[in-house]
Amino acid sequence: MSFADLLPRLGRWAIGYLFRLGHAAFFLVDLLKNVPASLRRFHLVAAQIHAIGNYSVVIIAASGLAVGFVLGLQGYYTLSRYGASESLGLLVALSLVRELGPVVTALLFAGRAGTSLTAEIGLMKAGEQLAAMELMAIDPKQRVLAPRLLGGIIAMPLLAAMFSAVGIFGGYVVGVLMIGIDPGQFWSQMQGGVDVWDDVGNGIIKSLVFGVTCTFVALLEGYEANATPEGVAQATTRTVVISSLAVLMLDFVLTAVMFSTPR
Amino acid sequence: MTRRGIETLVGLFVLAGFVAIGYLALKAANLAAMTVGETYAVTARFDNIGGLKPRAPVKSAGVTVGRVASISLDGKTFQGLVTMELEKRYAFPRDTSASILTAGLLGDQYVGLNPGGEDENLAAGDTIKMTQSAVVLENLIGQMLYNRAAEGGAEAKK
Repeated sequence: MSFADLLPRLGRWAIGYLFRLGHAAFFLVDLLKNVPASLRRFHLVAAQIHAIGNYSVVIIAASGLAVGFVLGLQGYYTLSRYGASESLGLLVALSLVRELGPVVTALLFAGRAGTSLTAEIGLMKAGEQLAAMELMAIDPKQRVLAPRLLGGIIAMPLLAAMFSAVGIFGGYVVGVLMIGIDPGQFWSQMQGGVDVWDDVGNGIIKSLVFGVTCTFVALLEGYEANATPEGVAQATTRTVVISSLAVLMLDFVLTAVMFSTPR
Repeated sequence: MTRRGIETLVGLFVLAGFVAIGYLALKAANLAAMTVGETYAVTARFDNIGGLKPRAPVKSAGVTVGRVASISLDGKTFQGLVTMELEKRYAFPRDTSASILTAGLLGDQYVGLNPGGEDENLAAGDTIKMTQSAVVLENLIGQMLYNRAAEGGAEAKK
């Protein structure tokens, strides 16, 4: 293969990439335009919150508890070297509220809810249900996709908050009940160091952004999937890969914007 | 499942989410500890505020009586201008002095108020005249080294 061959190929790849990116942006705008309409028929959104949110509570709570346990143990191990084991509460709460809560919830969300969204939409497309809706002059974006997007955006911050709350409880169980840190110090250090707006508020903003990202990627992949069993399978895989990478990279950007300057 | 059943479950889910947010705000963060109630603002000028930050506590006899509202540089005197919000239920004499202290050896800094003896009390907008700056560790060490050097020089002359 010659260099003259390689260049057009690179160009084609870049144009195709930009085309897909632009297409995704238009798709997002299209969906957002349909969100007000789905607000008017809220029972559709409620059904999606039920499917996305309620069924994720158990996995979120279990993971949060486990992460809280681990943070408690590892944090104590490091902090006790400096004789600062009372700061364990602060360490657990800050890491959960700022980073681990939103990020781990988003990763679990992509695996738990994103995949099912992609598979559902992909199969609807493969079974030509979406095409049938269009024939009946029902916009599938309004009837099917927008309620799911809204449901995901509403469910994610609530799930992330549950994750953090359960995680802090896990840290309390390990730190105070098992290791024996003074409970008063545990809570007062936490309350002294965690700020409502800067830490809890920014964590919620983060999880909102991740909610949009994960749900949107899942819906886009499902809607764009090839209408074959392999196509749906590949789209489901791509959903997990793309949303996980997007969440981790976005998290870096958001952290840099939100927390780069120490107060 | 009926629509009503789903809606009930969603309601439960949303409620649980809000409870979690409330728990984070009240139990993990300092929303409950923030001074509620009415406050009045008092200012003080310090030569050096050290590491004092907005929302640092203002304490008198170790009791938190307010919070630092804002910190800026006074353009005329080139001193740090610290605005404090004190709780209305605590009144301090006009000759109260303010100093910037450190909790523990390397802990966070806070403003300590030492009440004076005057009859009139500080009102909103008043300025605390007597202030004591933060202790800057580097200056302290520098001073110590300087003193040691001076002592050494005096002994050598003998």
